[in-house]
Amino acid sequence: MFYFTLNRLLQSIPVLLIVITATFFLVRAAPGGPFSAEKNVPPEVVRALEAQYNLDQSIWQQYTSYIGDLLHGDFGPSFRYPGRTVNELIAAGLPVTGELALYAMLLAVLIGASAGIYAGLRPNSLHDYLPMSISMVGICIPSFLMGPLLVLFFGIYMEWLPISGWGSSPGDKILPTLTLGLGYAAFIARLSRGGILEVMTKDYIRTAKAKGLPVKVIVLKHALRGGLIPVVAFLGPAFAGLLSGSFVVETIFQIPGLGRFYVQAAFNRDYTMILGTTIFFATLIILFNLLSDVIAVWLDPKLRQQYRSDK
Amino acid sequence: MLGSIKHKEDSPLHSSLPSKGGGSLWSDGWTRLKRNKLAIVSLVILIFFCITALLTPIIAPYGYEEQDLLLGASPPSLDHWLGTDIFGRDMLTRIMYGSRVSLAVGFIASAVAVFIGVLWGTIAGYSGGKIDSFMMRTVDILYALPFMIFIILLMVIFGRNILLLFLAIGAVEWLTMARIVRGQVLSLKQQDFVEAAISLGLSHWTIIHRHLVPNVLSPVIVYTTLTIPSVMLLEAFLSFLGLGIQPPESSWGLLISYGVETMEEYPWLIIFPGLFLSVTLFSLNFLGDGLRDALDPRASKD
Amino acid sequence: MYLLSVKNLTVHFHTRNGIVKAVDDVSFDVDHGETLAIVGESGSGKSVALYSLLDLIPRPPGKIESGRALFEGTDLINRKEKELQKIRGNDIAIIFQDPMTSLNPYLTVGEQLMEPIIYHQRKSRKKAKIAAIKMLSEVGIKEPKIKIDSYPHEFSGGMQQRVMIAMALIVKPKLLICDEPTTALDVTTQAQIIKLIQEIQIKYKIAVIFISHDLGVVAGIANNIAVMKEGKIVEKGTTEDIFYRPKNDYTKSLLSSVPSGQKITKSFVNEDILLRVKGLVKYYSSGNKRINWPLYNKNKEQKFIKAVDDVSFEIKRGEILGVVGESGSGKSTLGRSILQLTTLNSGDVYFNNTNLMLLSSSKKTEIRKRMQMVFQDPYSSLNPRMTVFDTLAEPLLYHSISKGNKILDDVYALMDDVGLPRSASKKYPHEFSGGQRQRIAIGRAIATKPDFVVADEPVSALDVTVQAQILELMLSLVEKHNLTMMFISHDLSVVRYIADRIAVMHQGKLVELDETGNIFSSPSNDYTKQLLLATPLADPIKEKERQNIISSKI
Repeated sequence: MFYFTLNRLLQSIPVLLIVITATFFLVRAAPGGPFSAEKNVPPEVVRALEAQYNLDQSIWQQYTSYIGDLLHGDFGPSFRYPGRTVNELIAAGLPVTGELALYAMLLAVLIGASAGIYAGLRPNSLHDYLPMSISMVGICIPSFLMGPLLVLFFGIYMEWLPISGWGSSPGDKILPTLTLGLGYAAFIARLSRGGILEVMTKDYIRTAKAKGLPVKVIVLKHALRGGLIPVVAFLGPAFAGLLSGSFVVETIFQIPGLGRFYVQAAFNRDYTMILGTTIFFATLIILFNLLSDVIAVWLDPKLRQQYRSDK
Repeated sequence: MLGSIKHKEDSPLHSSLPSKGGGSLWSDGWTRLKRNKLAIVSLVILIFFCITALLTPIIAPYGYEEQDLLLGASPPSLDHWLGTDIFGRDMLTRIMYGSRVSLAVGFIASAVAVFIGVLWGTIAGYSGGKIDSFMMRTVDILYALPFMIFIILLMVIFGRNILLLFLAIGAVEWLTMARIVRGQVLSLKQQDFVEAAISLGLSHWTIIHRHLVPNVLSPVIVYTTLTIPSVMLLEAFLSFLGLGIQPPESSWGLLISYGVETMEEYPWLIIFPGLFLSVTLFSLNFLGDGLRDALDPRASKD
Repeated sequence: MYLLSVKNLTVHFHTRNGIVKAVDDVSFDVDHGETLAIVGESGSGKSVALYSLLDLIPRPPGKIESGRALFEGTDLINRKEKELQKIRGNDIAIIFQDPMTSLNPYLTVGEQLMEPIIYHQRKSRKKAKIAAIKMLSEVGIKEPKIKIDSYPHEFSGGMQQRVMIAMALIVKPKLLICDEPTTALDVTTQAQIIKLIQEIQIKYKIAVIFISHDLGVVAGIANNIAVMKEGKIVEKGTTEDIFYRPKNDYTKSLLSSVPSGQKITKSFVNEDILLRVKGLVKYYSSGNKRINWPLYNKNKEQKFIKAVDDVSFEIKRGEILGVVGESGSGKSTLGRSILQLTTLNSGDVYFNNTNLMLLSSSKKTEIRKRMQMVFQDPYSSLNPRMTVFDTLAEPLLYHSISKGNKILDDVYALMDDVGLPRSASKKYPHEFSGGQRQRIAIGRAIATKPDFVVADEPVSALDVTVQAQILELMLSLVEKHNLTMMFISHDLSVVRYIADRIAVMHQGKLVELDETGNIFSSPSNDYTKQLLLATPLADPIKEKERQNIISSKI
């Protein structure tokens, strides 16, 4: 298990390198960017940039020194906010986005899996059609539509919940979490329904029933393990999706999170910020995918053994 | 495996009765699809939207840019079925023009994705060995890249070019199709009829186009139908953030982003584009599900 | 009073295509301690009948229309679920056909074994574990204390079935239902498992219902037999009555379909050798490739499995060579590699004195017309998107053997040859039964008028009555077209019936090769002897003799 994780970790490094390199050169190649003599740059920033990036050196030297800085965890100064570094901005936005993503993920998994399992155990009945139709709605209404609709209804007409901010008024975390998480809850509901349905047709479930085990035991102990595998596999991509979903949600609800900073940076042409946040996000996503892979192997005794016997 | 192989056909559900219609799997599939009322309704809706989109320049009630500044934003009325926006432009017209872009992006980008994905997956699956390893590792690596972020990056840096948009979106979606096709090809290779074809001395090309492709077609069709909504969502998402379609063009995503700004006073500006987008996505998903059930006889939920 | 008394059981499946009468007015009795065998081909309803007693069939679309099943006097049909749970796995236990899929791969063997004790006897986990370990050793699993924490995939097929048996018997049920428990196992393993079931049955005085399609197995273990066809019981009686004095026509046809009798080896006037293989070797490496870690790679060796280990033999033109062996013997790999469908690691294959290993790929394509293969699985050996006509015409068109107007006639001629009605030419494979599909596959194989055909377990997936027809077809085709055939099978009685000479394979090696008569009357190799001894015969008296010989050897 250990060597498998190590192996995967090391395989991630070239991927990360590709991301960093591609982003670096893309940013450099941007027409009208800071690195190609733009005029509207405040002089302090130019000085900071030149100091940081040694712009008179060859591009390869700039690249290697950037990598060097990265290894020290230094993302460089912000291009648009003089005097502030990218690190500061990331540090400010991360906890907010992290909390939002966490809540959304929990919502998605708990509600989605329960609904899906419930539906999957009573296939082709009302208990199946109703949750699955509702989940179809969740999948087909994108977050940037869902958000405003929720705001319209709960915030403006009913006036039950606040419609902006994070942590400034009680209950203001509810709508953003719902907006971000409901779509994923819907998808997970479908995945778990499919997974449970497939597992229940397996021979070993028939054996469990033939042994006279109570239904609760059959479902919780025997069926869940195999049935939820598609959900576990989805967690990695789900996380990546949640991060990108946060761009929209934070914009709609005016949440000072990393996602919103990223979108603003994109509009403001804050190149160092874009570069830094892209790399940061990419690293997170790669790590999470790795975690999801490792968990998937750990859950399956056949695979676990295959990788254990490498020693 | 020794002894009798237990097949679904041995089960009482299949042994005594022959399949109705007795035709190719396509005609069987069509019969099964017809039974799925939801899928058929979805198909009708989609065809209707497509035809409307094509005929928009002819049948739209107002001009695309036609403003009525005196009127301003107004709720649905007899003159303007879906209301007007703050410049007095007819929403129905704008939604119809928007549908052209949204649907076009959806279909074209999906076509790109499907084409690349099927090619990649078939070659990888059929070749096996090192070629397969290499090709799929590439897919794995690309899969791990945070594409959303890259697209945003590309859009920011290179400006908002429709062609770039198509390519970028297509570049994201082909990966899943490649994986699915490769999986199918691999499982087909296990089937004896492929070995029989080899044993008959058929050329690789003959085996691929006579034996593999027809059998891969069903999942490809199903997943194409499911890729389109994914693509449309991506376009809408980017447009919403301001990174996709730019005015004077408009797409549903763009219309929704305008609607958000004035949501409180003029809710119809967001509800109607949103409705059309959702209904299209719904229909595509239901159709895709229906096709999956109809074309894959083993996936039936008796 | 009987232990189980089933009266007029009727089970229907309500599907979209109509009602399937899976079980139609079935009645039978089972006494304490006796063994009842329920025999039938696929679709006869034998499994459905027994599963419905414990409500294990999917209930939409299945429905028990009528009938009673008195177990110790009380009716099982329409009992409340809670009460049925107390009976399942406790008073009545079931062993299924495929132990690999019937055991939960995510739970340890011990965990699954302990469940009946925990839930039925309400004992603590500690006590349950002790009982589980004891049961494992009782079914013949060595090192039970270690094995109890293993996962199902770590066991072989035979061992897994022993675990299933342990799981079924751990709370000492009164009735054990065995649904084709040995069909997926090798013949030698099968013999062991049957013996185990018999021993346990005697020891704990358990009644057994044994479902099977294999008359040989049934002859040796059953007191009474019920023969089922299309949902009905067509005949019931003691084992001797059924085998020696059958009354029903279907029973008679079943019995006569079991291949019996021995082929009289053809005599060849001139010994024309069509195929010669020398020193064939094919191995597979086990284990997966990973990045090599210098630190821990020191003690690792690549494991090789020798699928074909230095095999040499000759086949004369016009002869049928039977190749027998159990799973893992390499017989299938041998066939495929001769046909150049798998690469060989070393060795030579001479076809008509041409060394196939030295041919260029274009020459190989030419030669392929001369040698064809018939595969085991009729469901996967035909392209589901091609009609019968397409499948049969393809080789003719591709190799330019026929074209234009002649094609239809040639295809019809092929269909006549293999016994398919001409009207079937536009139909798709899924519209045919297994036997008919196999005919199509055979037609495709002889389309290019080959000299040599490898038949890889061509009848193993077919019902016994259909099996007999296909064997006859193959014999007649060999005669008619002067074919040379390599007939691979695990079933000794089939091979005995059809082959002139028999090659016995064991773990990749060719251990014996001789005329059919000699193999059966005086086998020289130990493994061959073991194989012969383990094969059940469809004759109760002979079965008893065979079993006595086995017991006396222990």
